[in-house]
Amino acid sequence: MRRVVITGMGIYSCLGKNLDEVRQSLYAGKSGIGIDPMRKEYGYRSPLTGIVERPALKGLLDRRSRVCLAEEGEYAYMATAEALRNAGIDMDYLEKNEVGVLFGNDSSAKAVIEAHTTAMQYKDTQMMGSGAIFQSMNSTVTMNLSTIFKLRGINMTISAACASGSHAIGLGLMFIRNGLQDMIICGGAQETHYLSMGSFDGIGAFSIRVDDPTKASRPFDRDRDGLVPGGGAAAVILEDYDHAVKRGAHIIAEVAGYGFSSNGANISQPSDMGSAIAMERALKDAGVAAKDIDYINAHATSTLQGDAFEAMALDHLFTPYHTPISSTKSMTGHECWMAGASEIVYSNLMMLNNFIAPNLNFENPDEYSKNLNIVPHTIEKEINTYLSNSFGFGGTNSALVIKKIK
Amino acid sequence: MQREEVIKTVNHFLVEEIEIEEGLLTEGALLKEDLGIDSLDFVDIVVIVEKNFGFKIKPEEMKDVKTLGQFYDYITQKVN
Repeated sequence: MRRVVITGMGIYSCLGKNLDEVRQSLYAGKSGIGIDPMRKEYGYRSPLTGIVERPALKGLLDRRSRVCLAEEGEYAYMATAEALRNAGIDMDYLEKNEVGVLFGNDSSAKAVIEAHTTAMQYKDTQMMGSGAIFQSMNSTVTMNLSTIFKLRGINMTISAACASGSHAIGLGLMFIRNGLQDMIICGGAQETHYLSMGSFDGIGAFSIRVDDPTKASRPFDRDRDGLVPGGGAAAVILEDYDHAVKRGAHIIAEVAGYGFSSNGANISQPSDMGSAIAMERALKDAGVAAKDIDYINAHATSTLQGDAFEAMALDHLFTPYHTPISSTKSMTGHECWMAGASEIVYSNLMMLNNFIAPNLNFENPDEYSKNLNIVPHTIEKEINTYLSNSFGFGGTNSALVIKKIK
Repeated sequence: MQREEVIKTVNHFLVEEIEIEEGLLTEGALLKEDLGIDSLDFVDIVVIVEKNFGFKIKPEEMKDVKTLGQFYDYITQKVN
C-alpha cells in the first residue's frame, strides 16, 4: 500500500494571509474574530465573524479568471498558490504532470443572491454577467482552480457540511494510496460575506457575546453560547511518498489515517457514538492506538450540544492518556466547509514548530469537558502524531491522523 | 450622441473593464481575432452597454458587426 505525504501547504484565514503570519497568530493565541457592521443592518442576531480581508488579485490573475472566482475561490487561489510554492511546484511542472484537485466547499450563496438580485432589478438574466454561473455552482472552487493551474487529474468538490475539508483530504489519501493519482491539491474554502451566513444565524447557532468578540468563541467552556462563523481557505499538497522522495520534495508530514461515519439520526444534532466511530477508524487506518496520539485538534465549535457530544467521545477514547486537546476555532471561529483542511494546516504548523496552540477562553469546564486535558494557553510540546476531527450537519463525521515522517 | 463620444466611452470600458490593451483599439481591429473578445466577454459587454448607453444589444443586429469601427457605428446608430 502506498504511503501518502503532505509536501506543501497554504493558508488564508482570519489568523493571517500566509503560513508565517498564521504560525505567529497560533503561537500568540491571537483571535481573528470581530464585528461585521453589515450583519447588524441585514438583520443578523449576531454580527460576530472571523475577519478575513479579500485579496487583491488584479495583476496576479487575468480578467477571465477573476470574473469567474467567487469570494471563497479567491481565498482558495491564494492558499493553493502558497501551497504549490511551498511544495516547489511551478506551472511548468503542472503542465507536464497529472495533478488533481479535491476541495471541500458547500455553498456559494453570495454569488447566487447577487445574481438573483440583478435579475429581479432588470428582469433580464443576461444582466447577471458572464461570471455568475461559474461563481454560483458548488464546485466553483475546483472548477476555477483546475482552470487557473491547468490541472488534469481528479477534479471535484466535496460537499459534506462542516466536514467537507477533512473529507477532501481523506479522499485524496484514498486516490493516492490506491495508485490512481501521484499528487492532488486538497483543501477547503469558506465564504465569509454577510450574504452567505444569514440562514445559519437564523437558527440561533451563533454566539451573541458581542461585548468582547475575542471571548465569544469558547469551545468546551461552561459558559459558551454558540459558534462564531469564520472562513478563508486552506490547501495541502498530497503526494505519494516515493514520488515525493524521487523529486526531492520536502516532506512535512504523513497522512496516516482517515476515518468516517454517519450518525443516521438528527439533521443538526451531533453524536458521541458517530464521532467516536470516525476517530477509531482513523486510528485503526493509521495503525496507531489512542495512547500514541500527542495532540487532538478538536472539532469543538463552541455550541452547547456539539462540544458536549465530542467531549463525551474524547473522554471515552482519550482520558486515560491525558491527551492534550485544543480547538483552534477558539481563535478562528468555525471555518465550516474549510475547517477540516485549515485545521490540518494549523496542526502541521504546531507539529513543525513544537507547540500546541491554545483553546482560548476555556475558563471553566462543564460536566462533559471536566475530564479532558484541554490546553488553555500555548504550550511547548513535541508532536509526532495528531488527530483532527470534523463533524457536520446531517451527521457526517471525518477524522484524520497525521504523523511526522520517520 | 456624437460618434467621438461613443468611441471615448467604448474604449474606456474596453480598457478598464474588459482589460484590452489600449494600443489594439483601432477602427479596423476585428473584435474576436484581434481584440480576443469571446462569447463570455460579449455577455459582459452587453451588460456594460446597457448600463452606459441605455439599450440592450440584440444578437441578430450584431451579425454584421465584425470590427471595432462597425461596433462604434452600431452603438452611435442605436443611441441617436
